[in-house]
Amino acid sequence: MKMDDDAPVIYGLEFQARALTAQTAETDAIRFLVGTQSLKFDNQIHIIDFDDENNMINKSVLLHDAGEIWHISGSPADKAVLTTCYSKTSENRVLTCAAVWRMPPEWESGSHESPDDSSNNPQTLELLCHLDNTAHGSVACVLWEPLGDGKRVISLAENHVLLWDLQESSTKATISSTATLEGKGQLKFTAGKWSPHHNSTQLVTANDTAIRGWDLRSMSQIYCIENAHGQLVRDLDFNPNKQYYLASCGDDCKVKFWDVRHINEPVKCLEEHSHWVWSVRYNHSHDQLLLTGSSDSRVILSNMVSISSEPFGHLVDDDDLSDNEENQQEDKGKEPLQDSIIATYEEHEDSVYAVEWSAADPWLFASLSYDGRLVINRVPRALKYRILL
Amino acid sequence: MSSATTPPDSDPTGRRRVHSMLKLYYGLNEEGTAAEQAESLDPCDINGPHFDPEVYLNKLRKDCSLCELMDHESCMVKQIRSLDSDMQTLVYENYNKFISATDTIRKMKNDFKKMEDEMDCLSANMAAITEFSARISGTLQDQHAQITKLSGVHTLLRKLQFLFELPARLNKCLELQAYAQAVSAHRRARCVLQQYSHMPSFRGIQDDCHVIMEQLAQQLRQKFRDGGSSAKDLSECVELLLQLDEPAEELCDKFLSHAQSRLEADLQGLEFIDRGCNEFVSSLCLVIASYQELFINRPQEGELASKNIPEMANGKLHVFVDTLAARYFSLVERRIQEEKGVGDNSLLVRALDRFHRRLQAITKLLPGSAVPSHGTEIVVRAARERIKQYLSALQTFYHDSLTDVRQALAAPRLAVGGASASGELLTSLSNFILNQLKSVLASVHLFTAKDITFSNKPYFKGEFCSQGVREGLVVSFIKFICQSSRQYCESAGDRGGSTPPALLLLLSRLCLDYETSTISYILTLTDEQFLVQHHTPVTPVTALCAEAREAAQKLLNHYVKVQGLIISQMLRKSVETRDWVNTIEPRNVRAVMKRVVEDTTSIDVQVGLLYEEGVRKAHSSDSSKRTFSVYSSSRQQIRYAPSYTPSAPMDTNLLSNIHKLFSERIDIFSPVEFNKVSVLTGIIKISLKTFLECVRIRTFGRYGLQQIQVDCHYLQMYLWRFVSDENLVHFLLDEIVGSAAHRCLDPSPMEQSVIEVICERG
Repeated sequence: MKMDDDAPVIYGLEFQARALTAQTAETDAIRFLVGTQSLKFDNQIHIIDFDDENNMINKSVLLHDAGEIWHISGSPADKAVLTTCYSKTSENRVLTCAAVWRMPPEWESGSHESPDDSSNNPQTLELLCHLDNTAHGSVACVLWEPLGDGKRVISLAENHVLLWDLQESSTKATISSTATLEGKGQLKFTAGKWSPHHNSTQLVTANDTAIRGWDLRSMSQIYCIENAHGQLVRDLDFNPNKQYYLASCGDDCKVKFWDVRHINEPVKCLEEHSHWVWSVRYNHSHDQLLLTGSSDSRVILSNMVSISSEPFGHLVDDDDLSDNEENQQEDKGKEPLQDSIIATYEEHEDSVYAVEWSAADPWLFASLSYDGRLVINRVPRALKYRILL
Repeated sequence: MSSATTPPDSDPTGRRRVHSMLKLYYGLNEEGTAAEQAESLDPCDINGPHFDPEVYLNKLRKDCSLCELMDHESCMVKQIRSLDSDMQTLVYENYNKFISATDTIRKMKNDFKKMEDEMDCLSANMAAITEFSARISGTLQDQHAQITKLSGVHTLLRKLQFLFELPARLNKCLELQAYAQAVSAHRRARCVLQQYSHMPSFRGIQDDCHVIMEQLAQQLRQKFRDGGSSAKDLSECVELLLQLDEPAEELCDKFLSHAQSRLEADLQGLEFIDRGCNEFVSSLCLVIASYQELFINRPQEGELASKNIPEMANGKLHVFVDTLAARYFSLVERRIQEEKGVGDNSLLVRALDRFHRRLQAITKLLPGSAVPSHGTEIVVRAARERIKQYLSALQTFYHDSLTDVRQALAAPRLAVGGASASGELLTSLSNFILNQLKSVLASVHLFTAKDITFSNKPYFKGEFCSQGVREGLVVSFIKFICQSSRQYCESAGDRGGSTPPALLLLLSRLCLDYETSTISYILTLTDEQFLVQHHTPVTPVTALCAEAREAAQKLLNHYVKVQGLIISQMLRKSVETRDWVNTIEPRNVRAVMKRVVEDTTSIDVQVGLLYEEGVRKAHSSDSSKRTFSVYSSSRQQIRYAPSYTPSAPMDTNLLSNIHKLFSERIDIFSPVEFNKVSVLTGIIKISLKTFLECVRIRTFGRYGLQQIQVDCHYLQMYLWRFVSDENLVHFLLDEIVGSAAHRCLDPSPMEQSVIEVICERG
């Protein structure tokens, strides 16, 4: 391993970009998808492959000519399938639509053979189906059923929750059920997350300062945290290991942790960013690791041990005790571990709108800033070993 | 005298020689033996004992001439003559004396003879007298014996009469309640009756007496038990009973139980310390005194001495006093606890002082008692409690003043000069608080006044001053101010609805003032007033100052945040709710921008009243124009280039990135400094950043972009003057227009001159 293993890897896109996702179904390669935003040129989806051994990035570009991409999400079942939310201008109206796409099968080989050509002659995404929503307004995001078979998605359009069934290899989408948020004023969902717990029957959404939980079987609201944040709520994420725990972030520069059974008070509140927090992500395996991205151009990696599923660190089996007695002693001395900021990453120079953990390597994450800079970082090795050992 | 003829040279020696010779003659030679011996050996010495006339003559004859011999002879004759005459005189004198002595002896002889006769006569008379006397006494002997016998009988009869009359007398005494007399009478008769109790008549008397005395004792006991009798009566009773051989222990108990019941009656009605001091403690003292008088201090006589009463009695007394005092104290404590009003501390201090003073009396009476120390503890507790009350009073006062300030801030907002009041409000608020604190200190200071008895107790000298007043009151209050200030930042919520921003600003300034001067002033004042000796570690001034500064910083940051959010909210709504694609060509600056500038100006005024101007970077006299041209003509044109030359999509980002590379990172919600410029910079930063982020998620039409251009130009014209570094404003506005251009479907910017005209039109 190289000495500068912890050094960030930076990749620059030609366009401004907001949409970032890890390729959820890919568990071997470290792969991120970035959607660009340009009103004047054809938008692209950059497929960023990170070569961990050589610390190198390989990119492939796919053309997404439907419009600028606001949100991107990969299918959990089929790594070639993804959804995007894109804006479409017609008759002086801007509307954000959503569609399911398939990446052409040759993209991988093509990019490797002639990386220079790929930008000149990019391949186009194959449209599988539109999540037709003209009746419901602009789509904020599309969510895949977590751990599902890639046949169910939810789209959040204005104040509607739409549950879609994808049929015939995702070439046909039908609305199976809907829910509508009623209330005063013009309500609009800003973010949402499909819970991986409870057999994927729960959804959480954010609109303005409120966070709402939904039961997808009855399509009804199950809880509502009014004024969860002082300002707009920008993003949400479920703790992958604790079914009632939820993180949220927003324009009040705060990250809040909720136990949805006790919604009056947040379990914990972080206030480390100096501007709006746009994105919050739990690490998929070690839920004490939390990633946040903010328009103060910073990415912060926090270690929220106290509210994680491993509040006392990794539990060592009795068998290991004899081997690692010294380590164990040290661990005991450290207990209970303190919540702390592990690192603040300042590689970005514009607002960071998206952060994402790699689906393949739990110690690796990417962050994307508006100026099109993608930065790939790793969890500091010292911490990694402390969590593992 | 002939001796006078002796030559003058030999006179002293000659006289002496005469004396010595006479002495020698009479055997008295104690004087000058040594001198004689020196002379005696010389046979030529005419006066010496070994004088040899032959040797002397021979010597004379040998040594002297005739003439000398003649002289010597005549001298010698002369001497002989004088010696002779001396001798004659002596003999004559002696003879005369002898004669007179003989005469005296003869006369004595006669006198003694006469005396002897008289002595004989006397002895004869004496003998006659003796005889007569013997005869008389012989005749009177019988009568004398009879008289003695009679007088003996008389006294016996009197005693018997006393005894026989005793029951009646006792009864009478009993009737008259002259118990003392009765007891003394009975005491006198008791031994006799005891002795002769085998005789039936005496026995009867004794029984009668017993019955009566029993009654008497009964009455005494009754009286004893009777609540009404005074302590003095009571002690009399006890004394009598004691003389009646009542068991001392029982008496002690009874006495004490009785005293207890009376003192408890006192306690029932005990409401005020004053009364408590006057009635209860003095009664208690009286009881102790009389008890000691009765059982402990009295000179022990007779059988009482053997019973070792004092020890027993003392023990009982202690227990008694302790239990009563405990009850008393609990009452006092309850009463003190009721003393919640903090208006006049002097009354309480005086009351405590009196309470303490009275208890000192018990110390004097009962040296080993724990009562006074308990009393002191109560005083200490009361003082502690008092400090706590003062602290809470100060806290409520502080809250009340803040409520007043809040109202004052809210009310004159309607008036034109509304904001100008905040400076005065600050002064009056801080004065109010300081005065209140001073008056509290003065009140508390009463506890340590010199004329207060407990003020010289170690607690009041040391711990009270340092831990109590300094830490418990002053430091706690300052901490409380900081604490409550911080709470305004936290609890108010992020919409800033509950706490008016002006109050945040005012509190921030208050905390800052505290940091710079007030805290050290207050603490110095306290230390001086209370002569605080720091036995225990106390909070240092610096720590408090740091805390105050932290609170001030937090408040100011929060103020910036709240104000920034208010403006942000306006901007966001204005961007989010508009359809920027289909907007009409801009003719005016949007109202919301004017509102933003107005609000910023009023914030500037508001902050300016409380905070200093602060440093700003130098800028040209006509900043707005200069920078405007920079961003709109040179840079903006380059930025828009991509839209006309599709082959170079990188240029936009490149330029923007280069700019960012060389400019410092801007922290939006960052701590501000304690000056106006910094505060305003913070607020404007937050507002413009919001504007930027909102623009970035919208899509603009041609006129939408132009409207943003107009708005930004307008903001530029007015906002630069508020901030420390105008380039910051320019940079953010650049970003906004740049982002809008990026998000524009048809980016054709408006002519600079047109923008200017629109903006100047207002």
